[in-house]
Amino acid sequence: MDTTTMNGQQIEVNEEGYMKDPAQWTKEWANQIAAEHEITLTDKHFEVLNWLREKQAEGVSLNIRKVGKSGIVDIKQFYALFPGGPLKVSSKIAGIPKPVSCV
Amino acid sequence: MNETLNKEPVTSNVATPAKKKEDTVKKVVIICSKGTLEDVYAALIMANGALADGRDAKMFFTFFGLDAITTAKADHLHTATVGNPAFMPSMPTMVGGLPGFEKFASYMMQKQMDKLDIPHVTEFIEMIDAGGGEIYACKLAADMFKLEKKDFLPEVKDIITVSDMYALADGEGSHFIFI
Repeated sequence: MDTTTMNGQQIEVNEEGYMKDPAQWTKEWANQIAAEHEITLTDKHFEVLNWLREKQAEGVSLNIRKVGKSGIVDIKQFYALFPGGPLKVSSKIAGIPKPVSCV
Repeated sequence: MNETLNKEPVTSNVATPAKKKEDTVKKVVIICSKGTLEDVYAALIMANGALADGRDAKMFFTFFGLDAITTAKADHLHTATVGNPAFMPSMPTMVGGLPGFEKFASYMMQKQMDKLDIPHVTEFIEMIDAGGGEIYACKLAADMFKLEKKDFLPEVKDIITVSDMYALADGEGSHFIFI
């Protein structure tokens, strides 16, 4: 298992860099992972990230379509906010597991 | 024997940074020539999946595949209950041919997909369009079926020739998928 250190805290990640324990998530984590994807996080990004974290905690199996119906962003805006695979990138930034949905 | 063939590449001995190596599949061009529910879904799921992964996706619908992008038909596609040995193999073929049976079977299949949160065809096409995918109709097939731009879903970008379709695949890391 891999770990990465942020502000002296050990964070467990999988081999693709997804956080293992969503409870370890911080805004710094979000900003750093976003920067690696060349994304500067805005309030809108955080709205989406919080929504994803909430739904994940509720045990919802997430997919892009559900994000599109979240009332926060539509699918087009979601792609624009997180280029390069919106749900994968946003999940990584949100500190939740990699999405497994095919739709 | 050439010794070098059995040697590990030199770079494998060096600790590589965590950054993943770059994906080589950059674009998919999906040609859908079928109008059956399951074939159309296969095409849509692959196109949408490519976009969701950060890859580029273009779709080219031809022959009966045009049904999937024809406004009047897109959400009413059927699965074949006759001549489809994989469909309920224990059922006599003649039953599959009874009036209304195909419609019923297709309805049941769609219901099953609704449960899995798979959108209907028109919504799927909206999603692909929203994700930056491009959707095209084949000119020859459109002429043959006497279909015009107005007959197609609004997301259909254009009616194009085979030559235009090949041009869509331009660039490195581009792949074709034919259904």
